[in-house]
Amino acid sequence: MTLAGLLDAALGRLDWNALPFWEMVTHPSASSIINGLIASGAAGIMVLGALVTIWALTRHRLWGTLWRDWLTSLDHKKIGIMYVVLAFVMLARALAEASVMRTQQAVGLGGGFLSPEHFGQLFSTHGTIMIFFMAMPFLTGVINFVMPLQIGARDVAFPLLNSVSLALTAAGAALVMASLLFTPFSIGGWSGYPPFTETGFSPDVGPDYWIWAVTLSSLGTTLAGMNFAVTIYKKRAPGMTMFRMPLFCWTALCVSILMIFAMPPLTLATSMLALDRYLGFHFFTNTGGGDPMLYANMFWLFGHPEVYILILPAFGVYSEVISTLSGKKLYGYTSLALATICIAVLSFTVWVHHFFTMGQSASLNAVFGIATMLIGIPTGVKVYDWMLTLYRGRVRLGVPMIYAAGFLMLFVIGGATGIVLANPSLDYVTHNTLFLVAHFHNMLIPGLLFGMLAAYAFWFPKAFGFRLEEKWGRRAAVSWIAGFILAFFPLYGLGLLGMPRRTVAFLEPAYLPFTLIALVGAGLVLFAFGCLVAQLVVSIRERDMRRVPVGDPWDGRSLEWSIPAPAPEWNFAVLPKVETRDPFTEAKEQGRAYRSPEGYEDIEMPRHSAVGPIVGIAGFACAFGLVWYMWWLAISGALLSLGAMLARGFARDTVRIIAAAEVREAHESWLAMVRATPRIPRHEENTPANLGHAIPASQEEQS
Amino acid sequence: MNTETGRHPGLNLGSGHAEAHGEAEALVFGFWVFMMSDLVTFGLLLATYVTMLDNLAGGPGPKDLFELKPVFIETLVLLTSSLTYGMAILSLKHDPGRRLRPVLAWLGLTLMLGLAFVAMEAKDLHALQAKGGAPQRSGFLSAFWALVPLHALHVAAAALWLVAIAAQIWRFGLDTPVKTALLRLGVLWHFLDVVWIAIVSVVFLGGLA
Amino acid sequence: MASQCRARVVGPWGASTLGLVLLSGCGVETFLDPQGPVAAQQRLHFWQVTGLMALVVLPVLTLTPWLLWRYRDRGGADYEPRWGFSRGWEIALWGGPALVVAVLAALLWINTTRLDPYAPLASDANSLRVQAVGYDWKWLFLYPDLGIASVDLLAFPAGRPLEIELTSATVMQSFFVPALGSQVYAMGGMSTWLHLGADAPGRFRGENSQYNGEGFHMQKFEAVAMDEAAFEGWAQNAATASALDTAALDALEQKGVASDLAHALDRPSDDILFGGLPDDLFARVMAETAKAPMAPHDMAAGR
Ligand code: HEM
Ligand SMILES: [Cu+2]
Ligand SMILES: [Cu+2]
Repeated sequence: MTLAGLLDAALGRLDWNALPFWEMVTHPSASSIINGLIASGAAGIMVLGALVTIWALTRHRLWGTLWRDWLTSLDHKKIGIMYVVLAFVMLARALAEASVMRTQQAVGLGGGFLSPEHFGQLFSTHGTIMIFFMAMPFLTGVINFVMPLQIGARDVAFPLLNSVSLALTAAGAALVMASLLFTPFSIGGWSGYPPFTETGFSPDVGPDYWIWAVTLSSLGTTLAGMNFAVTIYKKRAPGMTMFRMPLFCWTALCVSILMIFAMPPLTLATSMLALDRYLGFHFFTNTGGGDPMLYANMFWLFGHPEVYILILPAFGVYSEVISTLSGKKLYGYTSLALATICIAVLSFTVWVHHFFTMGQSASLNAVFGIATMLIGIPTGVKVYDWMLTLYRGRVRLGVPMIYAAGFLMLFVIGGATGIVLANPSLDYVTHNTLFLVAHFHNMLIPGLLFGMLAAYAFWFPKAFGFRLEEKWGRRAAVSWIAGFILAFFPLYGLGLLGMPRRTVAFLEPAYLPFTLIALVGAGLVLFAFGCLVAQLVVSIRERDMRRVPVGDPWDGRSLEWSIPAPAPEWNFAVLPKVETRDPFTEAKEQGRAYRSPEGYEDIEMPRHSAVGPIVGIAGFACAFGLVWYMWWLAISGALLSLGAMLARGFARDTVRIIAAAEVREAHESWLAMVRATPRIPRHEENTPANLGHAIPASQEEQS
Repeated sequence: MNTETGRHPGLNLGSGHAEAHGEAEALVFGFWVFMMSDLVTFGLLLATYVTMLDNLAGGPGPKDLFELKPVFIETLVLLTSSLTYGMAILSLKHDPGRRLRPVLAWLGLTLMLGLAFVAMEAKDLHALQAKGGAPQRSGFLSAFWALVPLHALHVAAAALWLVAIAAQIWRFGLDTPVKTALLRLGVLWHFLDVVWIAIVSVVFLGGLA
Repeated sequence: MASQCRARVVGPWGASTLGLVLLSGCGVETFLDPQGPVAAQQRLHFWQVTGLMALVVLPVLTLTPWLLWRYRDRGGADYEPRWGFSRGWEIALWGGPALVVAVLAALLWINTTRLDPYAPLASDANSLRVQAVGYDWKWLFLYPDLGIASVDLLAFPAGRPLEIELTSATVMQSFFVPALGSQVYAMGGMSTWLHLGADAPGRFRGENSQYNGEGFHMQKFEAVAMDEAAFEGWAQNAATASALDTAALDALEQKGVASDLAHALDRPSDDILFGGLPDDLFARVMAETAKAPMAPHDMAAGR
């Protein structure tokens, strides 16, 4: 074999054309230069970001810390935090893409500056990232961090698996990032419908990027779901019965069950598409007896439960936030838990509503339409339950509560438009239009994203030991709400005017006012994101002003607030015994909080492991190799991860014993500090006086 | 979760080791959950196969391609391997870790049967291809090739896992991780039987009906 | 694309929703300003659903701010930290939405059966049969009973039902004329049905709403409702155009919008008509699209 032949085999189908600026250099034209500059700029920012990170890590000698204390850590709290960091990074990229799309459509009357191909990549990466690499990591991270603390566990059931799940998700995200530098990504949308994504119509690497990124993410999510489900079934503290769990844990449980059952259809759909593309199978082709409708069914068999995977954890967060910041028991706990279960079960029975227009019989459509509406009942119940939780409470309008209030009001509007879409005969005129785009953003932004941002503000002190700065937080929350309204309400109008989604340019002057307002909204959303960054920077810089070492900054009700902030590695020095719902509130009210336990025992914690990062890197290599037909890389990646898993079977020294004495020492000194710390009333919550020692709201004197 | 012994057939982790029992319990339960997920996969592939039965695109159909005799033999082999695996677990239970020989013998036999199944399957698929039944030929054949070889792949993976566990036994003896691994592999092994029965009834018998 | 300006009141709230558009003038085409029986029924249903949903939404929109204010910390209102259940409320919370959904479900059933795109419209006039084939990125309309065809122009007599059979010669598409109502997918190798109609003569924007690549946003067509005589004349004129032969079919299959096709066929671009149809062309396109590629593993062959 010649050297050139070898190089060819090594690089597969990767060549100069993959570089984002190649087209503009070789075929310069106004359009290719503008689009080339935007694409190269995006790739440049990514490369620069990576270089700066590497430089900073080297400069501050943090590689060791990063590897030992984070990447190889099996601590559920750290894994949770890493998930959330990943989510924020991906959020930044997807928001930037959204703004470019909004700008394009604002000037899109008869043209604009983006090429259709570029616009296609933007909505595809934006959608794929937002769902699989922003929303999913965010909620998985929050569940990871919060759920074990709330049920009184020291870790999840399978800590190593947890690390592997994170690594797989991160590998998928990295693959989407790599597509910035080695273009192109798919233009087939986040749903990747064939036959458009088959080789006959999309012979380039785009759909392959999409397939493998989504597959990696769905594998990671399936494993995470199993882990959470087993954790909730098996690792609850003594006395923590199912109906004493905080509502967030109920949502986490339902979500994990959804993950277990809903991800396989996705993995299968993408795998079959891959078989079509790589080996010439005929699952979804027009030709050879393939059936694209099969894909629609499989994808949405995943896709609809997926939207409840996205929304339910946020429901859990809102339940915790609204009850805590109202200083009041959650109204209708049982109703809320049952409603959650109802929603989870019903979510498997409605997938057809994503393709009412595919020509099935009217009665079938009607049945699925009614099933869809039924979900509205438990959802409505939830909204009213939260309002009744506010009723006769003492409501503090902290940042999480602002998000919650925005959510309550905006979410019902999204719900109402969802009911519109649930009617097959109305879907016939709104399907595939921007009405649909407005609807799902209306569910996902106030629903999921606000919920996650509320969770971030709410539990940040538990993770890092200090509160986030309030003023920037308020600015961010208010701008998110206003920005969302401006960016998406006009889209309802555009949809009613019949403007199709995924439209790069249009000829109707009537659309223009709407797209212009939406652009303003997108600008506000960007500003909101900027506020979040500013908030984080200010908070870190001024962290000493906002430390809450006692660990209970918001007068919390569940177990996670009964331990120090930041939470110790072992979470609970002694596993708590639970007798009621809202156990920590009960303990505080009865003066049982912060008592020394009767005795301490040795604690077993999992040792660090490199298996997670190795599987992640191998998974990325395998996927990248598959995308570019670099078979050597794909095979090495697959073998490496297989090898790592087999080798792990031989590991025996997997736990670390923390001596009782060490635990006692840490815990007793914390308790002493608690006793020495003054308790504060709720209106001092956002002042430096808040060291995390709360007077329970119910015992606070108010005139 | 209070009795310390006899929670799992075959698990004999020693007395007074509640922690280990809890772990083992979670591990095996977790593996069941994993199997549920896998079950969804196979269920969907079976459903795909059924919907694709008529998508022949002018290519050969079940009657032109399938033969029941090898399928019958494969079924016997796989069911027997489950039996021998069960024997391995039984000897594990009654022999708390001191005498390795019977356990290893049963496991070895299981491995042989598993590999035999995979080999026969491979031969069948090869023959199928020779008869014009390549997966690229039609939607029907694509569905067949996604389902049946995936099952065989599962059996092959299970066999690989068995070898890895055997190596662990050789290295560490029958310690707790090995025992729980054997329990989990057992779940997988029997599960693959069930899936195979479903495949035989839907794909082969159903396809020929 | 609509050539006339129609600025009508489109319903009590529609007026405000769409006020902005009306200010900006032409081109408002939506089922909220229905031009045919299907869209008219859809508008009615839309406002019914919106009204019912307002019953659920408005309490939340008004009460949430009120609750936040009334029960603010140190606001002196009643405080019952341990109150978390009330049988009466429970019944109302589950019962209220259930009731609303029951009514909505009844409306849903009625409208879905009534507006089934597969069901012929109730009408005394006999319907016009059209076959629509989606190409990348244009629509071919066949009139099998008249032996004519057109590209990106769907001419039909107002007041007579349209019976459209759809397929795609390429990827999945969706046939949609917002002012007339329902859309339905067109898929390769199979056919779907759609029944529409226009009340009066007019020109309406039609589109493909299912993304299919770079030319997607250009894949618009005009649905032109004519009076009977004008349609007659149009059809006769079309019959004089050259036939839809193999060369034309090949040109249709090339990726491109209607003007590219016109260029390839050397025709005026807004008037691509064909005067002779091969027999069973629609069925042939369907079969052609579904045909197995030649070599079993030819990556580029799947059209
Ligand atoms: C907050 C600001 C956001 C803005 C301004 C924004 C903007 C957009 C735009 C312009 C599109 C293309 C619409 C079209 O088809 O014409 C889009 C599509 C989409 N967005 Fe967003 N988005 C935002 C947030 C989100 C979030 C938080 C999620 C999910 C969690 C999300 C998920 C999606 C999805 C799934 C699509 C569909 C992509 C496709 O067509 O395949 N977006 N968004
Ligand atoms: Cu179809
Ligand atoms: Cu859905």
